[in-house]
Amino acid sequence: MRLVILDDYDLASEWAAKYICNRIIQFKPSQGRYFTLGLPTGSTPLGCYKKLIEYHKNGDLSFKYVKTFNMDEYVGLPRNHPESYHSYMWNNFFKHIDIDPNNAHILDGNAPDLQAECDAFEKKIEEAGGIDLFVGGIGPDGHIAFNEPGSSLASRTRLKTLAMDTILANAKYFDGDLSKVPTMALTVGVGTVMDAREVMILITGAHKAFALYKAIEEGVNHMWTVSAFQQHPRTIFVCDEDATLELRVKTVKYFKD
Amino acid sequence: MPSNKSVSDAPIFQFTNCRILRSHQLQREDLWVREGKILNPEKLFFDEKGSADIQLDCKDSIIAPGFIDVQINGGFGVDFSLAADDVQSGISLVSQKILSHGVTSFCPTLVTSPPSVYHKVLPQISVRNGGPHGAGILGAHLEGPFISKEKKGAHSEHYLSTFESGAFQDLLATYRHLDCVRIVTLAPEMKRSSEVIQELTRRGICVSLGHSVANLSQAEEAVRHGATFITHLFNAMLPFHHRDPGIVGLLTSDQIPARRRVFYGMISDGIHTNPAALRIAHRAHPKGLVLVTDAIAGMGLAPGRHTLGQQVIEVDGLNTYIAGEHSIRSLVTFSPHLGPCVF
Repeated sequence: MRLVILDDYDLASEWAAKYICNRIIQFKPSQGRYFTLGLPTGSTPLGCYKKLIEYHKNGDLSFKYVKTFNMDEYVGLPRNHPESYHSYMWNNFFKHIDIDPNNAHILDGNAPDLQAECDAFEKKIEEAGGIDLFVGGIGPDGHIAFNEPGSSLASRTRLKTLAMDTILANAKYFDGDLSKVPTMALTVGVGTVMDAREVMILITGAHKAFALYKAIEEGVNHMWTVSAFQQHPRTIFVCDEDATLELRVKTVKYFKD
Repeated sequence: MPSNKSVSDAPIFQFTNCRILRSHQLQREDLWVREGKILNPEKLFFDEKGSADIQLDCKDSIIAPGFIDVQINGGFGVDFSLAADDVQSGISLVSQKILSHGVTSFCPTLVTSPPSVYHKVLPQISVRNGGPHGAGILGAHLEGPFISKEKKGAHSEHYLSTFESGAFQDLLATYRHLDCVRIVTLAPEMKRSSEVIQELTRRGICVSLGHSVANLSQAEEAVRHGATFITHLFNAMLPFHHRDPGIVGLLTSDQIPARRRVFYGMISDGIHTNPAALRIAHRAHPKGLVLVTDAIAGMGLAPGRHTLGQQVIEVDGLNTYIAGEHSIRSLVTFSPHLGPCVF
């Protein structure tokens, strides 16, 4: 893996955004040859999205030939609910860029047949030629997307019940009322993300430090599903200083130099 | 990128680099429109997979709904209180001219006049929708003649009237045609006003309190009978007094029906009201504020003499006076004094 450590959240966001931007530009996407990007939600990637929007508004980056696949979406939440991931992606990213709406894929948590929706999503990824770069985050319980502790590391896109840790972490988006937080979600599987040609995980903040430690300094374990990426040939972990607080000094020194 | 042809062939316009009025705030958001209807861009993106056909850079302007002027006595040489043979063309001229000032609907207002004027003018006014030809006409606003002598302002004293003998029948005899009347301003302290207010309200006509020396109790009584508006707050009424706030007290009264919201017109040209007074009213009752021009025939023209119903008005710079007297009348249009009103 690559472990990229930046001093603070803003620098980490900028580094990640620049990386994505450069990847897209180097790829030279065009009609019929799209760059496929996997995308996360949550508070961690907000800074990165802002930077990408800035590069787009400066004229440096176009999403015209980019296809995106989001990692997850809540089940049972109306699509236009302010906390749905559709709303998140629209307000924080899609409305500011020039992506073709036909190329922005997000799982539909209100589909009549949820498993069929998941299967169709896998098919769309396959038809798009696979994911070039999957950007993700990490939960405080070490999960990638909503692959909660105990998820198979070979899993595909499916319906998952959310762990209590995740529900607690998300309560802040629902007025702190636990009863309002959705308990189920559709999510890409660990296996789905492992299939991507390149993976970039964004991890910032001291509250994620323990999860990062478990993910990269301990073994591959289905209780900390991000650890699966130890076996991916091209993974980058982008962190700020605070996220490295639980790592061994030796690890940090090795990657910082 | 093309719009989704299976939903609609019409082009989608995206207004960018602008601020829109939404949820009582100015927000920096794009405005999306198709076939004259505002779209929800999120719905357009996810449901229709649609995007803009034409993007328009608004250069940081504000996009706001058209203004509604419920008190305007004329403009551009037209005086609505004159017993003309062709009232419609005067109204049409004003409606066309005020469009460029952002007004998309208005109530032509008639000041205190003899019954003959009402009998001649009112049948010629008709409610109609606005469009590129001009602002919409919502109906007439009759300000007077059932108002207080002490607070007549620029109204003609000679034609003031009461309804104490026949109540609503007296009013009907004066106005005769009520079909196109939308607002009536009257002084609630007048005898039998309660009956009149009730009947007007029953007919769907908005009753506004103004040009009055009513105390707060009388004003509250009027609201209980159906009054819902105050004509140019602070002007032509008793000033706020801490032991009897008068009509101004309606803004915070707890003696009116709980669900009833009292609206109040304000002339915010900085001359009729001091901006500090405007702010006090706004802070006390922000959801009731309605900006009005109370503009007169001289609006849009050079200084000089114009009529205001039965009076002659002299315009001199930003101030207007009854020819020979000293009483304030409004001249300016919306745009110059809207700036200070953006809170």
